[in-house]
Amino acid sequence: MYHYDKYDHQMLADRVAQFRDQTDRYLDGKLSDAEFLPLRLQNGLYVQRMAPMLRIAVPYGLLSSTQLRKLAYIAREYDKGYGHFTTRQNIQFNWPALEDVPDLLADLAEVEMHAIQTSGNCIRNTTTDQFAGVAADELEDSRPWCEIIRQWSTFHPEFAYLPRKFKIAVCGTKVDQAATQVHDIGIYLIEGPERQVGFRILAGGGLGRTPMIGQTVFEFVEKPDLLTALEAILRVYNREGRRDNKYKARIKILVKELGIEAFRKKACAEWERIKGGPQTLTDQEIERCKSYFVDPPYDDLPDAPDTLTSALKENLLFASWYSQNVRPHRKTGYGIVTLCFKETGVAPGDITDRQLDYLAELADHYSFGEVRITHEQNIVLADVRQDQLFELWRKLSAASLATANLNLMTDIICCPGGDFCALANAKSIPIAESIQREFPSQEELTDIGELDINISGCMNACGHHHVGNIGILGVDKKGEEFYQLSLGGSSKHDASLGKIIGPAFAQEEIPSVIRRIVDVYREHRQEGEAFLATYRRIGMDPFKEKVYAKAD
Amino acid sequence: MQRLIKNGELVNDPWTLLREATGPEILKIVPGKNFIVPLRFWKLYRSDMDDYAGAFGIWLDSQETVGDIGEEMHKFPVIALNFPVFSDGRAYTNARELREFYKYEGEVRAIGDVLRDQLFYMMRCGFDAFEIRHDQEPEACLKAFADFQTGYQASIDQPQPLFRRR
Ligand code: SF4
Repeated sequence: MYHYDKYDHQMLADRVAQFRDQTDRYLDGKLSDAEFLPLRLQNGLYVQRMAPMLRIAVPYGLLSSTQLRKLAYIAREYDKGYGHFTTRQNIQFNWPALEDVPDLLADLAEVEMHAIQTSGNCIRNTTTDQFAGVAADELEDSRPWCEIIRQWSTFHPEFAYLPRKFKIAVCGTKVDQAATQVHDIGIYLIEGPERQVGFRILAGGGLGRTPMIGQTVFEFVEKPDLLTALEAILRVYNREGRRDNKYKARIKILVKELGIEAFRKKACAEWERIKGGPQTLTDQEIERCKSYFVDPPYDDLPDAPDTLTSALKENLLFASWYSQNVRPHRKTGYGIVTLCFKETGVAPGDITDRQLDYLAELADHYSFGEVRITHEQNIVLADVRQDQLFELWRKLSAASLATANLNLMTDIICCPGGDFCALANAKSIPIAESIQREFPSQEELTDIGELDINISGCMNACGHHHVGNIGILGVDKKGEEFYQLSLGGSSKHDASLGKIIGPAFAQEEIPSVIRRIVDVYREHRQEGEAFLATYRRIGMDPFKEKVYAKAD
Repeated sequence: MQRLIKNGELVNDPWTLLREATGPEILKIVPGKNFIVPLRFWKLYRSDMDDYAGAFGIWLDSQETVGDIGEEMHKFPVIALNFPVFSDGRAYTNARELREFYKYEGEVRAIGDVLRDQLFYMMRCGFDAFEIRHDQEPEACLKAFADFQTGYQASIDQPQPLFRRR
């Protein structure tokens, strides 16, 4: 992973000192609430209904065991013993006191971590595929590019006061795990006309009140031109994005109002001015960033060693976990393991200090001291030897971290909702729980197969409900909490937005409604067809009929 | 009290900012001053300005763009960019465009809601004069220019990005 040099360290130290001074001035009454607001937000600090909340960046989801241990320490020292992984590869702590935050940031800086630009109207943490660098279907590792973008966007003096927040995702794999098309800017690594690798750049995707799929601005951008192309798009947005209405301020509205043609024209004109200028990447810089993401010292091992194959035969529980949670690795003899932290009764993404410490131990032992967190709020050990999978699984089972529900319907993406978030219309965590309780059988879950359920507690869509195969949105109906369901969303390469099925449901109806939806799917599916494919083939009507059928 | 910071020091302001929409008669009433006038004023009363003895600068509001002045900008010794509120970031782009694209060499001044905590980024985008808001402590503001020792990106104060200097 990337390691800081003296410049990175210096900038981080300067930032901590700056924020300490700002916090002091605020506490002294020299800085008004309104003036302190963007300063604290750009350091990840929210003031919420229950308590302040600090959001820490985990650049492109990568964490070392040293960093995990530091996070465990922070959970103990500054929080009530746990943290929360978000859908954007960040980690949040809910209880730090404002006056402690500068110290907390100084602690983080020791392990090259920070909360810079995790909130506020600026360029946020760049996200990517959790399997970057190890996925078998990868064109090129996206992480060096994320790091290049991270450095460019960090403290960018021109884009610190944008009309609204700005999120960038990069994807280098065939299966898009990064929800790239619903970001303000989505970047795909692709092959160009001469088979050289470069980028396709999309803009104007996003969720929230007006969900939209991004559209292509630049069909092919050569590697050295990445930053100037991004800068051109941002400049058009900074100048022309709407500032009169918070709900219309995202770039997606600008792209929609101008039309993609006109937007592209402006972006191209801007790009012409700066293309080839000093911000053009040098080979040396590209190589420098790549050098941090070389392979760990893998052993030469065969695929499917005896220890694995015999354990798979003998232990059905292990076999079921293996088939759901272990993915093929680029390197023979290794596997990519996803740990599901989504147990019934625990809020998705929540993790205790002990679990963080334990993860660090597992990472050191089985995966070269690194883990990745995913936008589905799970955790990945990316480089596990196949002959150690069984041993690892036994440890995970003992720590109840071996839920085999990856990508199954109980692997739910869920925002903090009404239990934690001041903006919520409705609770979301109890909904996730009630669905998990409705489907307790592993056998049944495996039979249902891949099915993404996403839950958001309000229109802000932090749980990405629009792109869930089943999306659930908390709505307020005359002061009561109701839930609106949509079907057919996807955040993958074939991205689509879900359609609303009909009138909203009360909380207690949800498990049985989901059950009926699943029944319709199982009735209609063809051999090997996942939920989304069946839905796309048969359409909304059969689902609607069944869900709203009068009980006989 | 001095409220203008230029090249890292507090200085007396030789310019008078014409904030309100006034007519050209102001030029008759106060002869021989140096005015910074709104863009609109220049567009409407150019001939009156040509006859005037004092010097002129222009100021742009945040929704106006540098392109609205065009190449004629070079004859103005100062161009001021307004921050109607500090969180409106359009003037950063305007400043950068003045310096980077038009190679404007006169004074680029920040006016309006200009606060200590934004000065550093303003400087990086090419502002070299700052008319700080009345309640800002000038001494504290002077420190702002040392908030960071360096930055990652190419900027006006440091045209080479860090990766070309590492
Ligand atoms: S979707 Fe709404 S309720 Fe859920 S975390 Fe976001 S703002 Fe809060």
